[in-house]
Amino acid sequence: MNIATKWWLPHTVAAVGLLVLLYPLAWLLATSLKPADEVVTSLDLWPSHLEWSNYTTALDGVSGISVTRLLGNTLLIAVGAVVGNVLSCSLAAYAFARLRFRMSKVMFAFMVATLMLPHHVVLIPQYIIFNRLGMVDTYWPLVLPKFLATEAFFVFLIVQFMRGLPRELEESARIDGCGAFRTYWSITLPLTRPALITTAIFTFIWTWNDFFTQMIYLFAPEKFTITLALRSFVDQSSTSAYGPMFAMSVISVLPIVLFFFVFQRYLVQGMATSGLKG
Amino acid sequence: MSTVSTRAPARPAPTTDRHPPSRRRRQVRERQWPAYVFLTPWMIGALVLTLVPMAVSLYLSFTDYNLFDPPHWVGLRNYTEMLTDDPRYWRSVGTTMLYVVVAVPLKLGLALAVATLLKNLDRGRAFYRSAFYAPSLLGASMSIALVWRALFNDGGTVSDILDSVGIHAGGWVGNPDLAVYVVVLLTVWQFGAPMVIFLAGLQQISPDLYEAAALDGAGRWRQFVSITVPMLSPVVFFNLVLEIINSFQVFTPAFVISGGKGGPADSTMFYTLYLYERGFTASHMGYAAAMAWMLLIAIAAITLILFRTSRSWVFYADEEGR
Repeated sequence: MNIATKWWLPHTVAAVGLLVLLYPLAWLLATSLKPADEVVTSLDLWPSHLEWSNYTTALDGVSGISVTRLLGNTLLIAVGAVVGNVLSCSLAAYAFARLRFRMSKVMFAFMVATLMLPHHVVLIPQYIIFNRLGMVDTYWPLVLPKFLATEAFFVFLIVQFMRGLPRELEESARIDGCGAFRTYWSITLPLTRPALITTAIFTFIWTWNDFFTQMIYLFAPEKFTITLALRSFVDQSSTSAYGPMFAMSVISVLPIVLFFFVFQRYLVQGMATSGLKG
Repeated sequence: MSTVSTRAPARPAPTTDRHPPSRRRRQVRERQWPAYVFLTPWMIGALVLTLVPMAVSLYLSFTDYNLFDPPHWVGLRNYTEMLTDDPRYWRSVGTTMLYVVVAVPLKLGLALAVATLLKNLDRGRAFYRSAFYAPSLLGASMSIALVWRALFNDGGTVSDILDSVGIHAGGWVGNPDLAVYVVVLLTVWQFGAPMVIFLAGLQQISPDLYEAAALDGAGRWRQFVSITVPMLSPVVFFNLVLEIINSFQVFTPAFVISGGKGGPADSTMFYTLYLYERGFTASHMGYAAAMAWMLLIAIAAITLILFRTSRSWVFYADEEGR
């Protein structure tokens, strides 16, 4: 009796919990396919018929800018951010993890301290700088900082990973006359691949989900990201446009869902290793 | 004569041991310069996008500045106005504190509970781990915030369900007493990220400890309190600090659920939302900079207090205090 209880109880709790947890996502998908008159009145998750026109309305985009263009804009920013973060953070991390230099302790402490720095402290002066450079309403303020390793979280993540790698390979490479750059590029970087993939995925998702920075720096509708477009769509429409609004929401989270299915192993492992080390 | 001898080392030294100190110094320098090359992007970023902006925003916090005219020095006026003469500022502090104090323990508590549940699962652990984690990736997006606003709106799913069991609370989004809890629940919904970390931590605890405790007659609960909690405390501590720091900076869900204005009746006027409104909508950049510095001071103080108290409840098995 007791053994039987132990077998099914945790499974039931986990399954019921999962259903509750995924309900908002099911609701999102269902609402995106519901006819306008069913959205507010019906508690029933399942639509009476599938209203695909919600999606054709959503694909028209906002302010004459098509959804493909909006997705392209967002992709451009996200890919730029990924390349920037992987390059600059791995470079800095290699120096912190493997090279000896004066002030290394001070610099590392500063880097770790910036993990706790609220973004708002540097927000206004950064805005002034980008404004002076004529970069407001361009993608530079969203991408350029990533090439300067400003996201300490990823530097820290890669440092922790590199410190866990055996030194022998690198040392023998150095003895064979490999310079620091060859060693970094040919030995350390390939070994660091899991941490770099984690960095890339999280950068992509965070950039894709970002709203605040995009809202501050982008004004022209043709430069809008999918999130900014969604926001103006919401502002322009009433509750009767729930269907198209949530169709657009589905489109905007679709890349993240795809990323999740493809890279979930790296995501979960990367999350676990970064959070365990303090 | 002395001039000649000082100029001599400029040419390659003919014998090896004549100038050992300078050779050693050069060796050190040779080891060092690649490090600075690797660090160049980071150093530029740290200087131009972090250190200088920090100093500038500190300066701006003592000025009246609207982005177009030159800053005008006003001394401590922004701070005194904020602390003594701005009820909306205190409202935003109160809302944010309430949110942090409710959401962070709930999120971490649920994460620990589910991680413990999954650890004892014989099958399907990897599946549940990934499935529970999914909301953490989507939760920061505007789409999901829109879903939550609709679910908790008047006539939305939540008020309908509560109506059917006799609780007539109406829509949470329009209710000043409940609106903040919509944001809280959206945060708690994303418990998967700390759960994954806790699960990895739980799996690192040696089973020997539990076996020994079971032999001594310790029950499930006793094992949890005396083994799991202390062994996991460094991980919990690390995540507690990170969650608190992040929670103080919550923006997108507050912006969406409050309709961009902190409503109803400023009940979802989170600190960052108010900062945005003062700085970018009302063009009081000096005031916003002062708010940012108050936030930095508050976060630094809370982090410091947490580290102080951690000595009494965080247990490091290796005794190195890492």
